[in-house]
Amino acid sequence: MKVIEVRNVHKRYPNHVAVDDVSFEVSDGEIFGILGPNGAGKTTTVECVAGLRTPDRGTVRVAGIDPQQDRDALRRVLGAQLQSAALPDKLKVWEALDLYASFYPDPADWSELIERVGLGGKREERFGELSGGQRQRLSIALALVGRPRVAVLDELTTGLDPQARRDTWQLIEQVRDSGVTIVLVTHFMEEAERLCDRVALIDAGRVVATDTPAGLIAQVGGAQRLRFRPTAPFSDDLLLALPEVSEVARSGEQVVVTGTGDLATSVMLTLARHEVVPADLRIEQATLDDAFLALTGRKLS
Amino acid sequence: MRKILLVETKLHLRQWPTMVFTIGLPLALLLALGSIPDLSAPDPAMGGQRFIDTQLPAQMTLLAVLTLACTVLPAVLVTYREQGVLRRMSTTPVPRGRLLAAQLIINLAIGTVSVVLLVVVGNLVRGVAIPKQLPGFALVFLLGSAALLALGLVIASVAPSGKSAPGIGSVVMFPLMFVAGMWIPREVMPDALRVVSDYSVAGPFAQALRDTWAGHAPQPLHLVVMAAGLLVFGGIAIRLFRWE
Repeated sequence: MKVIEVRNVHKRYPNHVAVDDVSFEVSDGEIFGILGPNGAGKTTTVECVAGLRTPDRGTVRVAGIDPQQDRDALRRVLGAQLQSAALPDKLKVWEALDLYASFYPDPADWSELIERVGLGGKREERFGELSGGQRQRLSIALALVGRPRVAVLDELTTGLDPQARRDTWQLIEQVRDSGVTIVLVTHFMEEAERLCDRVALIDAGRVVATDTPAGLIAQVGGAQRLRFRPTAPFSDDLLLALPEVSEVARSGEQVVVTGTGDLATSVMLTLARHEVVPADLRIEQATLDDAFLALTGRKLS
Repeated sequence: MRKILLVETKLHLRQWPTMVFTIGLPLALLLALGSIPDLSAPDPAMGGQRFIDTQLPAQMTLLAVLTLACTVLPAVLVTYREQGVLRRMSTTPVPRGRLLAAQLIINLAIGTVSVVLLVVVGNLVRGVAIPKQLPGFALVFLLGSAALLALGLVIASVAPSGKSAPGIGSVVMFPLMFVAGMWIPREVMPDALRVVSDYSVAGPFAQALRDTWAGHAPQPLHLVVMAAGLLVFGGIAIRLFRWE
């Protein structure tokens, strides 16, 4: 079932076109990623979904609701954590949740929510005293306090250290497991690859491709690369004879094998049959970065 | 709405230095200036009134309200806009005007605390009479404060950043204090200046406070100017206020 439908949305600001033509659908219960470089139109797109901006053209439906026609109904089914939306510095964690809970007709139990996002020990802390990661956790809690069906999370982990980022990812997965559909806006390839069931790649206000992360990578060939240092000499032809291998290159002691499919297994088996051990073996797979590069001719970050 | 009021009140109390300044400065000035013998003697230029009878306490009331309207209110709202507090609230079902309403109510309440302290402490310590036309005084206070707070909303609408808001507020505040008679009582103003004063919202506010303090009815013109100020500033604020 489709929870969000975005069709041919176009939005221009006085000086530039932020969103040229964006369409996508989000299914119930998935984590849907909107991935693209800064300025690609990601935030404007989700602001249209969240009813904060009116698209110049195109239609948006969230759980069947038109965000422009029925803002109240929309706000009851959609919770949002927006980029650069802070709270007053002197507001305490529990006060923020208590306040935001009072905005909804049937709010979640916020003291349980505090525990769930891992801020149980920080109830009395003021917003200004929280770390970046803790602020984002509070933001997630605020986006969830109205028991939404859909949560929009914009650039959630920007500016967080790697540990806080991983903790936040775990939290997002828990939220999804509780049945909330998530739209995740990010410019981190790694984040989209790790979390998202499906990803829309956006560049210059247009959707370049929509697929699972693996599907996007496969679309651009899904090349893999093996690097190793052989313990015994062998002929390149040995590997070039394999259907998976497209190229063998050597630099100094190191051998670099490029190919597709089940490359690692077949190369290893062949080497083993000839009693060659691949020392210092590293496998490099194509990433969403490569997919983005192949699709747009530009690097993601 | 109750919860927004409660939370915003707590946040204001946590900014207690601002509150102490806003309420304390007019009170301290009333007590200090009220101790100067010349100012507590009947003054022929003011029709035999003593300076501390109505001029000083009314101007101190104006000072408290103008501080709230021109600096406290815009600073809070512009900072909220800058930090995205207003934006975040826009994603919830609560009508976002509620936050503005809560701010207006709280500032009106702080102003009320301030004026009650000025009246009571002025009376107990300096022997300033309690406003003789008390219901009229209360009405004038509410109307004038509402009009000036609406002006504060206009400042909050046009100020580009939290840092610039107090500066813009001061630029508005000091001329208003001047034409309202803070430094030159309206009785001794040149006629032309008094005409300007009559239409400056702050001038009518100060004069109507003085009139009701002395037991007279406020001048109709002054009530009309304050009401018009409330409508005009309120209308401009509604049109110009930006949520992000």
